[in-house]
Amino acid sequence: MNYIIIIISAIFVNNIVLAKFLGVCPFIGVSNRVETAIGMTGAVTFVMVIATIVTYLLQHYILIPFGISFMQTITFILVIAALVQMVEIVLKKASPVLYQALGIFLPLITTNCAILGVAILAVQNDYNLIESVVFSIANAIGFGMALLLISGIREQLKLVDVPEPMKGVPIAFIVAGLLAMAFMGFTGIV
Amino acid sequence: MNRWKNFNKGIFRENAVFVLFLGLCPTLGVTTSVINGVGMGLATTFVLLMSNIVVTLVKNFIPDKVRIPSFIVIIASFVTIVELLMQAYLPGLFDELGLFIPLIVVNCLVLGRAEAFASKNTFVSSVVDGLGMGLGFTMALFFLGGVREILGSGSFLGFKFIPGDGILLFILAPGAFIALGYLIMIMNKINKKTA
Amino acid sequence: MAKKEPAFANMVFTLFVITLAASTALGFVYEFTKTPIAAAKQAAKMKAINEVLPEFNNLPNEEVYKIAIDNDTLYFYPARENNRLVGTAIETFTNKGFSGNIKLMVGILPDGSINDIVVLGHKETPGLGDKMSKSKSDFSLQFQGVNPENFDLSVKNDGGDVDAITASTISSRAYCDAVNRAYNAYLKGGKK
Repeated sequence: MNYIIIIISAIFVNNIVLAKFLGVCPFIGVSNRVETAIGMTGAVTFVMVIATIVTYLLQHYILIPFGISFMQTITFILVIAALVQMVEIVLKKASPVLYQALGIFLPLITTNCAILGVAILAVQNDYNLIESVVFSIANAIGFGMALLLISGIREQLKLVDVPEPMKGVPIAFIVAGLLAMAFMGFTGIV
Repeated sequence: MNRWKNFNKGIFRENAVFVLFLGLCPTLGVTTSVINGVGMGLATTFVLLMSNIVVTLVKNFIPDKVRIPSFIVIIASFVTIVELLMQAYLPGLFDELGLFIPLIVVNCLVLGRAEAFASKNTFVSSVVDGLGMGLGFTMALFFLGGVREILGSGSFLGFKFIPGDGILLFILAPGAFIALGYLIMIMNKINKKTA
Repeated sequence: MAKKEPAFANMVFTLFVITLAASTALGFVYEFTKTPIAAAKQAAKMKAINEVLPEFNNLPNEEVYKIAIDNDTLYFYPARENNRLVGTAIETFTNKGFSGNIKLMVGILPDGSINDIVVLGHKETPGLGDKMSKSKSDFSLQFQGVNPENFDLSVKNDGGDVDAITASTISSRAYCDAVNRAYNAYLKGGKK
C-alpha cells in the first residue's frame, strides 16, 4: 500500500516537473520533438535509478557513520557525474544501439537537477532502500510523462499562429502552466 | 572586451533566465515571494562569482580531460559553504529555500560560466562576468518573485497592501510557469526593440 | 602508451589535490559554523516554546524529558513559574503531510487544554498547506484554549471539530495527527 502511495504521489500529485520544478531545463530544452523527449526520458530513468541506489548506500554507510553529512551535496554530485561517465562508456561498449539513442543526452544529465533532487529527497524523506528505488522509478515516469505531454503539444503548436514575441519558449511556459493546473486536479487522490 | 559591456550583457542581452533559459528550476521553485527570490539570486551570485574566481586562477594547472569534474568539485564546495553559512546565520531563509540550496550545484548557469567563460578569460573579466551574470539572474528572480507575490498574496516584500488572499494561482505551480512565460515574452519584445 | 602515463598520473594528481583542498576548506567551514548552527536551531526551539506557553522563569530545555509513543519518541519541555508547573511544550511531528514531515510545538496547560501551537518546520505547498503557519492564516488559532477531551482533533470531513484549510485537507489532517500524537503522549504520563 505504501508503495502505491509513493508511486501515485510522485507521478501525479507531486509531479517532479509540474509541481516540484525539478528538471525544468530539459523540460523546456528538449521538448521540441516527441522523439528526443523519449530519448531523454530513457537516459534520465536509467541514471536516476542507479544514482538513487548508489547515493542511498553512500549516505547510510559512509556519510552518516562518519558524521560527515555536510559533505552530502559534493559527494552526491560527484557520484552522479561519475555515473553518467560510466554509463556512457559501458553503453558504448555493450549496446551501441542504445548508445546511439541515448548518447547525446547523457552529458546533459549531470546538470539535470531532477537527478540530484530525487537523490536528496529520497534521503530527506527517510525512505529505505526499496522505497527509494520505487520513488526514483516513479519520479522518472513522472518526468517522462510531463516531457512527452509537452513535446506532443509543442509539435502541434508549430502549426498554430502564435503572436511573434510569444513564439518558442514563452508559449511553452504557458502550456506548462496549463498542464500544471490540470495536474493539480489529482491533488485529492492520495 | 569593454568592461561595462561585459558586465551588463549578463543583465540584458544574455540574461540567464530570460534569454539563455538557464537555471530555470530555482527560478520557478523559490519565487513565491520577492525575499525568497532575491535570497536565492544572491546565494547563486556568490557561488558563481567564487567559482569563476577559482576556476580562472587554477585553469592552467588542470588537464583538459578532468576539467569538468574539477569544476564540479569547486562549485559543489562553494555551494556547501553557502549551505552551512545560511544554516548558521539565516536559518529562516534556509528553511524557505530548502532543497533548492544544494541544487545550486546543478544550476547550468554556474557550470556554464565556469566552462564557457572563466576557463578562457582573465581574472578581472571573469569577476566582472560572474557579477553581471549573477545580478542578471537575481534581477530575473526579483521580477518573477515580485509579480507572483503582488498577484498571488497582494503584498510586496511581505508588506500587504491588498486585503484578502490574492489570486492564489500565482503562488501555486501553474502561476509560476505562466508568469515566467509572460515575462520572457516582454523581454523578447524589449530586446528586439533595442537590437 | 608510455607517453600517456604521465598525463594520466597528472590527471589523477590534479583531481586528488582539488578534492583534498575542497574537503579541507569544507571541514574548516563546518567546524566554524557548527556552533552557530546549533545555536540557531536552539534559538528557534526556544522561541517556539516561548510562543506556545504562558510566562515562565525556568529553563525548559534543561528539564527536557522523553515519552515514547507508537514506536516514536516525543520531547517534552516543562515550563515553571517559581517552581509551579504552568504548562508543557511538546515537540511533535507527523509524516502524513502532503509532501513529507511536519514538525509542531504544542503547548499544553496543566488542565489539559491546548494553549497554542506553532509550526517548527514543514515542506507543504506554498499558498495551500503552508497556511498552517500562524503568519499565513488563522487556521492554528482555532486550537487555542480548546481541551481535546471535548474537542475532536480531526477535520470536519472526518467527523471532527477542526475547520480544515481550504483545498488543503491533507495538510490539515496531518496537522491534527501531530497534535493528537502530542496529546496522547501527554495523557500517557507526559505531565510532570
